[in-house]
Amino acid sequence: MKPQRKTEPEIDFNAYPDAMGRFGAYGGVYVAETLIAPLAELTATYLKLRDDPAFQAELAHDLKHYVGRPSPIYHAQRLSREVGGAQILLKREDLNHTGAHKINNTVGQAMVARHMGKTRIIAETGAGQHGVASATVAARLGLECMVYMGETDIARQAINVFRMKLLGATVVPVSSGSRTLKDALNEALRDWVTNVRDTFYIIGTVAGPHPYPMMVRDFNAVVGREARAQMLTEYGRLPDALTACVGGGSNAIGLFHAFLNDRDVRIVGAEAAGEGLATGHHAASLAAGRPGVLHGNRTYVLCDDDGQITETHSISAGLDYPGVGPEHAFLKDAGRAEYVGVTDAEAMRAFHQLARSEGILAALESAHAVAQAIKLARELPRDALVLCNLSGRGDKDVHTIAQREGIAL
Amino acid sequence: MNRIDQRFSQLKSAARTGLIPFVTAGDPDPAAMVPLLHALVDAGADLIELGMPFSDPMADGPVIQRANERALARKIGLTQVLEMVRTFRRDDTHTPLVLMGYLNPIEIRGVEHFAEEAANAGVDGLLLVDSPLDDAALCAQMQARHLHLIRLLAPTSSATRTHDLAARASGFLYFVSITGVTGAARADAAAIAAQVQALRQQARVPVAVGFGVKDAAGALAIASFADAVVIGSALVEYLQGSGGDTDVGARARAFLAPIRAALDARKAA
Ligand SMILES: Cc1ncc(COP(=O)(O)O)c(C=O)c1O
Repeated sequence: MKPQRKTEPEIDFNAYPDAMGRFGAYGGVYVAETLIAPLAELTATYLKLRDDPAFQAELAHDLKHYVGRPSPIYHAQRLSREVGGAQILLKREDLNHTGAHKINNTVGQAMVARHMGKTRIIAETGAGQHGVASATVAARLGLECMVYMGETDIARQAINVFRMKLLGATVVPVSSGSRTLKDALNEALRDWVTNVRDTFYIIGTVAGPHPYPMMVRDFNAVVGREARAQMLTEYGRLPDALTACVGGGSNAIGLFHAFLNDRDVRIVGAEAAGEGLATGHHAASLAAGRPGVLHGNRTYVLCDDDGQITETHSISAGLDYPGVGPEHAFLKDAGRAEYVGVTDAEAMRAFHQLARSEGILAALESAHAVAQAIKLARELPRDALVLCNLSGRGDKDVHTIAQREGIAL
Repeated sequence: MNRIDQRFSQLKSAARTGLIPFVTAGDPDPAAMVPLLHALVDAGADLIELGMPFSDPMADGPVIQRANERALARKIGLTQVLEMVRTFRRDDTHTPLVLMGYLNPIEIRGVEHFAEEAANAGVDGLLLVDSPLDDAALCAQMQARHLHLIRLLAPTSSATRTHDLAARASGFLYFVSITGVTGAARADAAAIAAQVQALRQQARVPVAVGFGVKDAAGALAIASFADAVVIGSALVEYLQGSGGDTDVGARARAFLAPIRAALDARKAA
């Protein structure tokens, strides 16, 4: 695929969302009336805290001492040599406490929850990483925590379900719809509508109504800010291309955001193409969907001609979602980022190749990004730099992989 | 004049409380849907809310979620819903009908296309759970065809928000009586009475109350301070398991008639 270059130079990507929570035509607040006032209160509180040096100092302290930031950039030299193209660099979010980028966001939102005096935390989860990260911060603050999770995902992410329980959270199985992430999100929204007075809903990705896409992005944007500074000090320049997997899009926007106004850095998001975009069994909302409204915001969605959200498929639970964060929809339309599909099979190949060449077991979500980094590296010269967000570690996925490959553990 | 305005002005002059049943289109039996709508009118419905099935009804409790799932499994989408309305209108040109649901199916169909089809089919209003107040395209398209865009209010709505909603109200306002999803809890009439009364002072349109009303007693408690009462989940649940025109119709009448009688007795008292 050729890089798109229709970006109008005058767009300042740091200026979004606007006061209404819109990223161009996307984003906004599409929720039941009951949630309008609580969302307005959350927006006001968050905007105040965002400009509060004491809040930012506490957040920075926790990110360093609890999460373990900064995460390094690792030059995957053997992998790069095998691929035979550009140099592949990995932003090691898998080394964070709890094993993924998700903790960047939950640490931040938990601080907001505490400021608002909320006593109960709810969250939705797909792969279970966000559930674990939510249970973790709830335990640390002594808050009650309930995590909604689709029955399909409970079955394929058993280790994370157990981790959440060990952390004192209650995991609530969701049996409606496709029993995956979107249904968990519906159920968490229903809980929030009912218990909004004492409950803080920690959304795990850059989706949902405003202010969530902005707030979750801000908390994950530390990834790109760090990476940009690391590139300049360690490599003396910015990377030629960035890539990350896109489920709801939080790790991707986390990496991309600091680079959006660096017009020479090519940005590519890897969506789950499942069994192939042509088969219809995939979760590639941007590559194969259309603008619609889901879970409180306007964005690209996968739906039929009647507007019914369609069931998605991906080997990775964290990418198995029929919507995507509105800022990605905006970046796609603006031509600032490209979004392409990576199949289950490609992700599996990349998983194995990374494991054997570099000794890193990536999360299956992140393996999609690695596969895309390999594709980009092949297209680019040897001295080019491709920075890939390794959003999480793969321990949670070993059962899924064994099962797929017919191995009994 | 829109049928909704007509009906509320009749109710007002007769000093009656409006009764608004909600059913999900295609549930319990798609073939018996139009007879069901007529049966609701026979049993005393003043206005009907017809739910448009959606795959992700995030503001609905389990009863209406499952009704949506059953309807979708029977391939009831917006096209079929509009067809039901057209058929209903052949025999009933008076009872106002409001479509209720979520925004995405309307968006995908195209707002203008939808508004035109809805007006032609005989729809009188649209109530979308997740459509924002400032959706200019939707407002304009509905207005151009004299269709009411019904707005919801909740116990959590702020004073400014209430003011904005009241100012832009069209047809009637729908006050959500509980902080929660449809059918979850029983409405606490005492807790919302003052808020609804204040809203009625402020709004130029009637106020209907719904979400937690399950039976005649619940409806009566609300009738003392609302222009109309909406009953949804309890009816949808009661209809479950029935099938065929006569069975579904009989059940609908059996459920609604006592509520109608209670509301009318209150007026007579
Ligand atoms: C390791 C990892 N990467 C990526 C994702 C996808 O989410 P997002 O697109 O919000 O980064 C998940 C979600 O569970 C995850 O666990």
